Amino acid sequence: MLEEKHHFKAWLYLSPALALLLVFTFYPIFNAFYLAFLYNFDYMQRTAEGMTFTTEGINLFHNFRRTLQDDLFIRALINTLIIVFVSVPVSVIISLLLSVWLNSIKRFQGFFQTIFFLPYVTNAIAIGMAFAVIFHREYGLINMILTSVFGMEEGLNWLGRVSVDESTPAIRAWFQRYLNLPMLSLMVFITWSGLAFKIMVFLSGLQSIDKQYYDAARVDATPKSRVFRRITIPLLSPMIAYITITSFIGAFKEYTAIVGMFGIDLGPHGDANRLITIVGLVYKSLNEMDSVGAMSRAASAAIILFMMTLVLTLFNMYVSKKRVHY
Amino acid sequence: MSEILYDNEAKIRRKQMITKGILYSLLTAFAIFIVIPFYWMILTSLKDAEEVFSAPPSLWLRPSEWEIQNYWLIIRGEVPYGRFMLNTVVVSAISTVGTVLTTILAAFAFARLNFRGRDAFFMVLIATMMIPGEMFVITNFLTVSWFGWVAEQTYFDAILAMTLPFMTSIFYIFFLRQTFKTIPNELYYAAKVDGTSDFMYLWKIMVPIAKPTIITITILNAMGTWNAFIWPQLVTQFNESNRLVSNGLRGAAYVDEAGRVLYNEQMAAAFVVTLPLLIVFLLLKKYIMRGVSRSGIKG
Repeated sequence: MLEEKHHFKAWLYLSPALALLLVFTFYPIFNAFYLAFLYNFDYMQRTAEGMTFTTEGINLFHNFRRTLQDDLFIRALINTLIIVFVSVPVSVIISLLLSVWLNSIKRFQGFFQTIFFLPYVTNAIAIGMAFAVIFHREYGLINMILTSVFGMEEGLNWLGRVSVDESTPAIRAWFQRYLNLPMLSLMVFITWSGLAFKIMVFLSGLQSIDKQYYDAARVDATPKSRVFRRITIPLLSPMIAYITITSFIGAFKEYTAIVGMFGIDLGPHGDANRLITIVGLVYKSLNEMDSVGAMSRAASAAIILFMMTLVLTLFNMYVSKKRVHY
Repeated sequence: MSEILYDNEAKIRRKQMITKGILYSLLTAFAIFIVIPFYWMILTSLKDAEEVFSAPPSLWLRPSEWEIQNYWLIIRGEVPYGRFMLNTVVVSAISTVGTVLTTILAAFAFARLNFRGRDAFFMVLIATMMIPGEMFVITNFLTVSWFGWVAEQTYFDAILAMTLPFMTSIFYIFFLRQTFKTIPNELYYAAKVDGTSDFMYLWKIMVPIAKPTIITITILNAMGTWNAFIWPQLVTQFNESNRLVSNGLRGAAYVDEAGRVLYNEQMAAAFVVTLPLLIVFLLLKKYIMRGVSRSGIKG
């Protein structure tokens, strides 16, 4: 009778966590969908004119449509996708290389490990502000290197306001709008802060690979690049899959880094919202709560974000099912 | 014959030396890239009013040139960092104690007790981890406003609003359950035969065994509060004296009469916020790194 069933007792142990989860996690999920389908919800008055699907002449996806038609949403979407699809592959590859190099040395391994782990324990606001100083046009380190080492006549305006010239060809205008210098500076910071976690996970994965595989490869005099492709990568693939999925999810939610580097306006001075992301848009709507429907638009933007993360995660899982060797 | 062999060996050794050299230089280059923001932060924080506005910037300062006064200006300046730090420590302590307690109890139920729907419920929790926090934030903000903790906010309201929503974590429950699961069942049976209650077994046997994991959870949670920005920014918007350090740091304007940003004071403030994290990290490195690499393997 040692393994009896403890229904009541078990729920008693779960109750503190469960109560909190019900109020602050489960209810909000349902309520986000409820808000997204409310018609003209006025937060200040706590009133709404019914649901979008019961109001005549109103589209079911009224709030989603208003979100999608917002120019700022399009900008937020493109910025988010750029951050996701550029910074994640770059930082995964760099951290993979660094951890393989780190794993192959003996002396100073612990020292390098500690240094590479530093970004994990820092305050994103404080370090973002330091990066802003490093990229400063006149007093920054980057421009100093560009002018004194690379002989450029004057430094670049990394964090300056972006002016889009409408007369330039479409492709160049697109780059001016989205893949501009402030975005590049931001991406350096995001990559910097993302390396630590990835390196730690990869390194502990590498250290758990059985040495016999490498010994066998050495006996056969297998070239290094082949060892990397045929032994290291396959045996590390569960960690690579895990890191890729979590980094994509994290990159979709980028916001604090932008506040750290550019301030609460999410853009260079005089160019607010230049680097806005979808999460930034959600918080912006939350701060405009006196305008009718703002909460519903925030909820619909959050749901769109959730759907995008979900699709990408499922796709990632599908790919890793096929490619990951356990 | 032997000469050729010797030649070959020397060649191989030289090749190995070159590879090692390249390896260490690459690692050093990246290590510098990682350290630069910290260095630049400290360097800038020690520059005087003239030095900070000189272009090109100086790369190092002699100790005699250090303007320690910047730190005094921060501590005694208009932005009440002392107060913000105290707020952060209080919020951090309360939410961490709460999180650890609810996590231990829930992880015990999942790891040790048998009850109907356990695995299904656990799967639901794991699935919830995939949902972005922004889905929760909107409603949670409405909820804490409805509780009366946002408008006309007292100190007590602010503490409640900043701690209660974070007093449990699905990830930590999952993490601790994995550790609890490694404790052999025989210990439980032996305790049962001795007439030990489940509750006593949890506190006297399981918690001490899982202590390293619980320490990791404590550190990660406390650091999370130290770095929290979004939620405190939202809920303390009507009473700025209840802000946390990150909000104070980003909200303060360090400008002189000419409207120039005083980067030396700004960086001094940033370093004041960064330093406690670095100290905690260097003292408790083992536990933090352990938690991080664990989460990857088990994930």
